[in-house]
Amino acid sequence: MIDSNSITMLSIKNLHASINGTGILNGIDLTVKSGEIHAIMGLNGSGKSTLAKVLAGHSAYEVTQGTIEFEGKNLLELAPEERARAGLFLGFQYPVEIPGVANTQFLRLAYNTIQSQRGKEELDPLEFDDFVREKMKLLDMNPDFLDRSVNEGFSGGEKKRNEILQMALLEPKLSILDETDSGLDIDALKIVAKGVNQIINKDNATILVTHYQRLLDYIVPDFVHVMQAGRIVMTGGKELAMELETRGYDWIGSDQRNAKNRLTAGAHA
Amino acid sequence: MSAVLQSLVNQPYKHGFVTDIESDVAPKGLNEDIIRLISAKKNEPEWLLTFRLDAYRKWQSMTEPTWQNVHHPKIDYQDISYYSAPKSKKKLTSMDEVDPELLRTFEKLGVPLHERAALAGVAVDVIFDSVSVATTYKQKLADVGIIFCSISEAVHNHPELVKKYLGSVVPVGDNFYAALNSAVFTDGSFCFIPKGVKCPMDLSTYFRINTEGSGQFERTLVIAEEGASVCYLEGCTAPQFDTNQLHAAVVELIALDNADIKYSTVQNWYAGDENGVGGIYNFVTKRGLAKGVNSRISWTQVETGAAITWKYPSCILRGDNSVGEFYSVAVTNNFQQADTGTKMIHLGKNTRSTIISKGISAGHSNSSYRGLVRITPTAEGARNYSQCDSMLIGDQCGAHTFPYIQVQNNTAKVEHEASTSKIGEDQLFYLSQRGIGAEEAVSMIINGFCKEVFQQLPMEFAVEATKLLSFKLEGSVG
Ligand SMILES: Nc1ncnc2c1ncn2[C@@H]1O[C@H](COP(=O)(O)OP(=O)(O)OP(=O)(O)O)[C@@H](O)[C@H]1O
Ligand SMILES: [Mg+2]
Repeated sequence: MIDSNSITMLSIKNLHASINGTGILNGIDLTVKSGEIHAIMGLNGSGKSTLAKVLAGHSAYEVTQGTIEFEGKNLLELAPEERARAGLFLGFQYPVEIPGVANTQFLRLAYNTIQSQRGKEELDPLEFDDFVREKMKLLDMNPDFLDRSVNEGFSGGEKKRNEILQMALLEPKLSILDETDSGLDIDALKIVAKGVNQIINKDNATILVTHYQRLLDYIVPDFVHVMQAGRIVMTGGKELAMELETRGYDWIGSDQRNAKNRLTAGAHA
Repeated sequence: MSAVLQSLVNQPYKHGFVTDIESDVAPKGLNEDIIRLISAKKNEPEWLLTFRLDAYRKWQSMTEPTWQNVHHPKIDYQDISYYSAPKSKKKLTSMDEVDPELLRTFEKLGVPLHERAALAGVAVDVIFDSVSVATTYKQKLADVGIIFCSISEAVHNHPELVKKYLGSVVPVGDNFYAALNSAVFTDGSFCFIPKGVKCPMDLSTYFRINTEGSGQFERTLVIAEEGASVCYLEGCTAPQFDTNQLHAAVVELIALDNADIKYSTVQNWYAGDENGVGGIYNFVTKRGLAKGVNSRISWTQVETGAAITWKYPSCILRGDNSVGEFYSVAVTNNFQQADTGTKMIHLGKNTRSTIISKGISAGHSNSSYRGLVRITPTAEGARNYSQCDSMLIGDQCGAHTFPYIQVQNNTAKVEHEASTSKIGEDQLFYLSQRGIGAEEAVSMIINGFCKEVFQQLPMEFAVEATKLLSFKLEGSVG
């Protein structure tokens, strides 16, 4: 929801990033204000996950140009864990398995780390158990997932739900959800969307990376951006997603420059 | 991330100091006179001197093994002092009598003996250099007929038991290092659990090498009679020195019918510095004989220290339905080398063995798992399950697996699984994205990897092992 009182949460300017010397992001500009929901779409390999990981501080990527500010602070100076503690959350496209580490142990450590950063009360294992079970109910998750190893042997959809559970626990300021909808069946999609909608409010912001208009029926974006070859080449409202759904991406390339101009204005860059 | 992690790399060895207690040190070198001297110093009976001399003569005709995957400069066995004892001669009956300097040493090691013993209910047979200086809880154990004392005391007070079992599992000429140990061992622990007795507490020994240049030749003998059971804990830490020190211990376990021995080790000898200078050579022979029917021998080890580790805690499964287990975590960092594993020798019918080995290598280190599973013709229906997982941290280190499987009975079932993985940058990134710092992230991943082994350890040890591992590996990722 766009609100005149909202403040700029994330400001990306002319961001270039590369991996092993190969440029993947080639000049991204994006501004996200509190209360806003942005969707990022684009063909496979266009750099969406790369953008997400660069925002979260993955060490494999090198930022070669440009700036990222998060709540006015230079994000690029912060280590990944500091970014997380500052309220940035990445829901992974491919959540990682950590054998032998009980999910509940991981969730509690993450939760308590963030809580203590915020000067709030940490929970002991029993308190946390009650707390996390409540959150799991919202997502219709079986409590058995607490005792299993983190993501190990989880189905694709179960992993995604576990990501949203983490989002619900950590109450981030900015959530970047990378293809959270992929791998979810229709029922799960609704449940997850409901969960996300409950977390979203006027003080936080969300970036949804997705391939499908369907998710955006449940979580309605204020802006839709199209990425191509490491750039945002078009920005529009939620109707752009519908247009992409019917027309695909082909038409964008031909009119790229105009499109880009159009958009930047729209995205109050 | 690299910089943050780099700063955590290789924290200095916490236990590196020399306690200033006057030591009674034998002149360097090894010959029959030195052996006679050791035997005389310890006021030993004739049969034990004969045992030592026999071992010495066998040792002289043997050469150091070269098959293991470790490399070190040649050891000069004539440049080692084979006997060193703190000068306090009188027998101690309470902790108050113990040299306060020694107590401070234990304090620094994080082993507040009295507290540990009293609060945790653990009897600690403290080995300082080569002579036992304090034994606690002896009375409580004696009430149920358990003997837990230094092997020297056992030689004097229970000669018939020592004579019967010493060398019965690891013969004097078993291998080069065992022969050396048999010739010159100066102390160690003796534990005897009589028929039908379940040991009411975990028995624990802390070892410590103190005098620079002195070899350490511990000898441990644990016997569980019919239906008896015991859980034995061995922990080691050593101070920091530049000259390499040899540690060649022998441990023998004997389990009679329906007896159960669980032997756990957390080994943290000085590993040398980040350039590979100094550190302990840990050449150990550990073997358990599951002699009786339904008996069980279980080895759990967490090996984090020593410049070189060479050890294969083994089980000889002689009794029908006997069980052998080996749970191991071996961590190497910097220039450490470890060649470790186990041998499971199946002789009895329906004998079962389980091997779970976790190797973690970081820095320039190398670790090898070497395991033998032998099913002899008499071992009808024997079963073995082996699982060997290696984890590499960084790309300068190595992990190797050498499984030897010999099956001579076609009713046997042997399963072997092995895996090698790299500690994932992606795992670390995932955890850090949830606010978890690098140190905690590494420790979480590693502890997850080692979980099956850690859950075999008594609570107290598991906590210690967890801390040790984190400490060893902090910052080695980056
Ligand atoms: N380590 C690497 N070396 C070289 N190229 C890489 C590396 N990692 C990613 N890339 C390339 O970067 C590009 C962007 O990848 P990214 O994962 O950001 O795409 P995406 O937009 O998220 O795609 P998808 O929709 O399939 O998830 C791809 O072409 C990919 O192959
Ligand atoms: Mg992607």
